Amino acid sequence: MVINVNRYKCGYCGACVSVCPMGAIELIETWIVVDDTCNNCGICSRLCPVGALEVST
Amino acid sequence: MKDRYDIIVVGAGPAGSTTAKTAASRGLDVLMIEKRQQIGDPVRCAEGVNKEYIRNFVRPDPAWISAEVKGSRIYAPNGKMVEMGEELSGVEVGYVLERKVFDRALAMEAAHAGAQVMVKTRASGLLTNNGYVTGIIAQHMGKSYDIKCDIVIGADGVESKIGRWAGIDTTIKPGGLCSCMQYLITDIDVDPDFCEFYLGNGIAPTGYIWVFPKGKNEANVGIGISGFLPKNQTVNDLLDDFVKKKYPKGKIIELIYGGVPACGTIERTVSNGLILVGDAARQSDPLTGGGIFNSIWAGDMAGKVAVKAIKSSDVSAEFLQEYERKWRAEIGKNIDTSLIVKNRFLTLSDDDMNTLADSLENMDLKTVSLLGLVWTLFKTNKKLLWDLRSIFKDIKEIKGVDFDDIENID
Ligand SMILES: Cc1cc2nc3c(=O)[nH]c(=O)nc-3n(C[C@H](O)[C@H](O)[C@H](O)COP(=O)(O)OP(=O)(O)OC[C@H]3O[C@@H](n4cnc5c(N)ncnc54)[C@H](O)[C@@H]3O)c2cc1C
Ligand code: SF4
Ligand code: SF4
Repeated sequence: MVINVNRYKCGYCGACVSVCPMGAIELIETWIVVDDTCNNCGICSRLCPVGALEVST
Repeated sequence: MKDRYDIIVVGAGPAGSTTAKTAASRGLDVLMIEKRQQIGDPVRCAEGVNKEYIRNFVRPDPAWISAEVKGSRIYAPNGKMVEMGEELSGVEVGYVLERKVFDRALAMEAAHAGAQVMVKTRASGLLTNNGYVTGIIAQHMGKSYDIKCDIVIGADGVESKIGRWAGIDTTIKPGGLCSCMQYLITDIDVDPDFCEFYLGNGIAPTGYIWVFPKGKNEANVGIGISGFLPKNQTVNDLLDDFVKKKYPKGKIIELIYGGVPACGTIERTVSNGLILVGDAARQSDPLTGGGIFNSIWAGDMAGKVAVKAIKSSDVSAEFLQEYERKWRAEIGKNIDTSLIVKNRFLTLSDDDMNTLADSLENMDLKTVSLLGLVWTLFKTNKKLLWDLRSIFKDIKEIKGVDFDDIENID
């Protein structure tokens, strides 16, 4: 499972950053990066208001 | 930019700017950094704030006031409306701000007080020494800088990393984050005198929809949801459903997303050489989602404590406890109450909400406080709201309502 950020949907609000238990997400100015500490828990993708975090297997 | 300051404030929202202004105006050498190019933009806010509260800290300026409202109207799932005065609405209504201008005005006040401000500058880590935070690593235009200071103020909002870097767990657990989206809609008919709230598990499960007027024909129309939605549904879908029905002819001129910490207080907001403030300290109200005023209030406290600490040459967590104690005694207490109410309201069915709205029929709610409303509801719906009784235990008086001591409740 991998988290992909759909840059065309993301509104760089930072909501996902606050819920990531691993601290794997960072909001840099206007884009989101997910680093390799991500454990694929999927929480961020459930809380993104617009569904910009897509889980692919 | 110098390589050393008394304090460095990370984040130029209401919390950061207020802390920076408070500290700089009392003689500290302050740097405030903001990772965005433009302070306050994009807005992540419905922009409602209690005007009496805000006036304690900032002189009102028509440049950042979009509308002044008289109160709020809450719509139960069956459409029954409950009207409340401005005071009752607690922290969220009074002024509807223009946050882009407001946030910038607060940053300017900090600058005028003597703080140095740097935009497009992001903190990417902390400097530490002997268990103390001693500065930040900052990124600006592709270059990295080590900047030292005595106290770092983490005012970096919902996406805060400063606390985590210092070993404070600020992760918001699922259920604790209110996931939001909002349109600014124009060419619609709104009542410019009232903020509106719409409840119902169909339109906004574990949350609500708001309509905050920004004039006669414009409003912020948004939604906040605390729980998980089904996998194939987003907050965006729910808002679109509402807007299509309610404002089919409206024109959307802005769209924003955001998350509000609605998790209640966290265990710790200071460590050696570090203070967290505002959304970074999870100080927003879990029930209303309001965080502007708390951020300003806490920023004022943080700035004052930072001044004292630096003048006493003691920036230990122990010294900074004074901030912790102060905000918990006032802001923290309100947050705790709101969390209890929120947790109960999250589990109400539509029928329960209708029953509660019905029980307020013919009551005059113009001048009671939020606590007063909760009390009024509790008294007439004891079975439904029995879980809320703990809130009233230590309270002797509630403004605007007949309050009999909780001990006399059977
Ligand atoms: C949709 C929505 C509606 C809301 N409605 C209301 C309302 O009606 N009334 C109300 O009172 N509150 C409301 N709130 C809450 C309110 O917006 C926040 O509580 C308030 O903005 C918190 O202020 P702050 O200064 O703590 O954080 P913010 O205003 O979020 O400011 C934090 C700043 O820090 C910057 N930053 C973050 N990380 C870094 C870094 N590493 N380096 C440099 N800079 C950084 C960010 O870019 C940002 O500018 C709402 C929130 C949302 C999302
Ligand atoms: S929560 Fe969604 S919209 Fe917000 S920053 Fe994360 S990915 Fe982007
Ligand atoms: S899937 Fe889990 S660990 Fe990975 S980025 Fe999202 S919240 Fe963090």
